[in-house]
Amino acid sequence: MALLTIRNLTVEFATASGAFRAVDSVDVDIDRGEILAIVGESGSGKSVSMLATMGLLPWTATITAERMEFDGTDLRSLSGPARRRLIGKDIAMIFQEPMSSLNPCFTVGFQIREALKQHLDLDKKGRQARAVELFEMVGIPDPERRLKAFPHQLSGGMNQRVMIAMAIACKPRLLIADEPTTALDVTIQAQILDLLTDLQKETGMALILITHDMGVVAETAERVAVQYAGQKVEDQPVTDLFARPHHPYTAALLAALPERATERRLPTIPGVVPGQHDKPVGCLFSPRCKFADERCRQVPPPVQPPAIGFARCHYPLNVPAEVETA
Amino acid sequence: MLRYILARLITFVPTFVGVTLISFAFIRVLPGDPIIVMAGERGMTQERYDELVQRFGFDQPLYLQFWDYLTGVVQGDLGRSFITNRPVWDEFFTLFPATLELSICAIIFATLIGLPAGVIAAVYRGKFFDRALMSTALVGYSMPIFWWALLLIIVFSGNLGWTPVSGRMSLMYFFDDVTGFMLIDSLLSGQAGAFTSAVQHLILPTIVLGTIPLAVIARQTRSAMLEVLSEDYIRTARAKGLRPARVNGLHALRNAMIPVVTVIGLSVGTLLAGAILTETIFSWPGIGKWMVDSIFRRDYPVVQGGLLLIALMVMIVNLTVDLLYGLINPKIRKR
Ligand SMILES: Nc1ncnc2c1ncn2[C@@H]1O[C@H](COP(=O)(O)OP(=O)(O)OP(=O)(O)O)[C@@H](O)[C@H]1O
Ligand SMILES: [Mg+2]
Repeated sequence: MALLTIRNLTVEFATASGAFRAVDSVDVDIDRGEILAIVGESGSGKSVSMLATMGLLPWTATITAERMEFDGTDLRSLSGPARRRLIGKDIAMIFQEPMSSLNPCFTVGFQIREALKQHLDLDKKGRQARAVELFEMVGIPDPERRLKAFPHQLSGGMNQRVMIAMAIACKPRLLIADEPTTALDVTIQAQILDLLTDLQKETGMALILITHDMGVVAETAERVAVQYAGQKVEDQPVTDLFARPHHPYTAALLAALPERATERRLPTIPGVVPGQHDKPVGCLFSPRCKFADERCRQVPPPVQPPAIGFARCHYPLNVPAEVETA
Repeated sequence: MLRYILARLITFVPTFVGVTLISFAFIRVLPGDPIIVMAGERGMTQERYDELVQRFGFDQPLYLQFWDYLTGVVQGDLGRSFITNRPVWDEFFTLFPATLELSICAIIFATLIGLPAGVIAAVYRGKFFDRALMSTALVGYSMPIFWWALLLIIVFSGNLGWTPVSGRMSLMYFFDDVTGFMLIDSLLSGQAGAFTSAVQHLILPTIVLGTIPLAVIARQTRSAMLEVLSEDYIRTARAKGLRPARVNGLHALRNAMIPVVTVIGLSVGTLLAGAILTETIFSWPGIGKWMVDSIFRRDYPVVQGGLLLIALMVMIVNLTVDLLYGLINPKIRKR
């Protein structure tokens, strides 16, 4: 049963040099209790598409979508107050930068109790008790004392735990974690990911995990959406994706994994993600794709059927013999 | 905290000596001899002139004069006015409450209007209110004070007759100085109408004196808010589903307050020192008017002492502002 359904989401930013399409007809589907990973290089529009879902983009952004539903509620036509009742409660988000995502002027306790006060019917004592309980859940030792700390008095890992505690405070049904570990030490990264998956199992919430780390994907996700230059280029269950990637970009990402490398030097994908002014007319990946031909460079590729992982490609790889390509 | 205050007080010492030196030198580089000015058109004999030169110590070398002055200051003796022969200290504190009352009213006026206006302009940046406010602020900032004062006097005192033109209190009332603040003393006196009269006298000078700080505060608040509103923690606050009023008014404003408090503090400093024009226009019996008169009379001790005390007030205000920083944003709290 779909919890979040998004069809044809497009986000354009008004910039000094004209409109910039950061997200280009992206579909997102996630069921209750599912873990979806969204992967892709920096600048591929992962954060922007999720911020659009939350309604947190700045006023320079224009959002269009054919469908954008959370549990039957149309997010496109939501009024301000109705949206504020939803976000922070049923949909919550953890951001990329734990150090700058907490307000330096207030104690972390104040900030977490504020979230509780906004959505739950608890008295002062109840909020404090719940805050302590949440800090214990996310593994913050000595919660009573830590609640009185200001963000700058805590480490990056601790702050990210605070952010997680704040996000799960009102028992969301969907948690979006936007690269929750990129700013942290490697040792802390594993702890935070374990914490997120444990919490997901305990509470049964759906989890969207944004990352550019394929290793993380393999360990945590059930399904993977691959994004490139604002478009979703592939969407498959995780084991299938690792076994049979259909889009050349996915294949290249997997080939770049250290444990899959066959040579001594890691293979890399040559070139960079196209920017605002150098978007190709055909397939956006064509300038970097080793299989690309004239058709790829001239004609935007179709979206392949589900059996070929919705690959946005003229010549998908690893196509089973009995399946027709689009 | 206490150690920080002490350390700051110690840094006052060189500033203090510097101010003493500058105020001492400033009045002496002005052309004009105080003794001649004192004598006025009557003139005076050479003997009398020499006697006075000796009495005021003008026959001594300058560095000795300065040393005498400095040692006096350190012992709390600012000397006596050449003209009235009253201690500078006494004169200053008789007049200072009038200036302080006006300055406080002006800064409250400027903050009460400037701060919310700046916040609203930032939240609705680029919209009509923002543009209107920013152009008004520019006008307010660059408007000549005496012209603005005269305009207000013509309209509100002349045409409408709502406010008095000068002074602090209607002559109908008389009561003792208790605090030196007309608003408080008039209430203490218990005389009906005295407080209203004090308020009426304050309105125009407050507006005139508060106009430039108002413009500065509004602009500073707006730019500080704009910067803060794009911070990650504002997005976090919105992601909690908080009302915009809370996001802007609490989460953003609290962080934007640092630069705003700084300009408010700086404004208080310049107000205390710079009420000269306003006090002259409205015949407000404060230190601004007193200083101007003393400069014209070449009343060396008054000018020196007055400048020194004003500088001291400004330093105290700045210290207060520094201490406020730590209260607003614990991240920069001094250990
Ligand atoms: N407020 C904005 N105004 C203009 N352009 C923006 C804005 N926010 C993001 N973008 C652009 O949109 C594109 C997608 O950004 P986004 O943050 O979604 O990337 P991402 O996939 O999350 O990358 P990363 O892995 O670095 O977080 C980028 O090119 C970025 O420059
Ligand atoms: Mg991102």
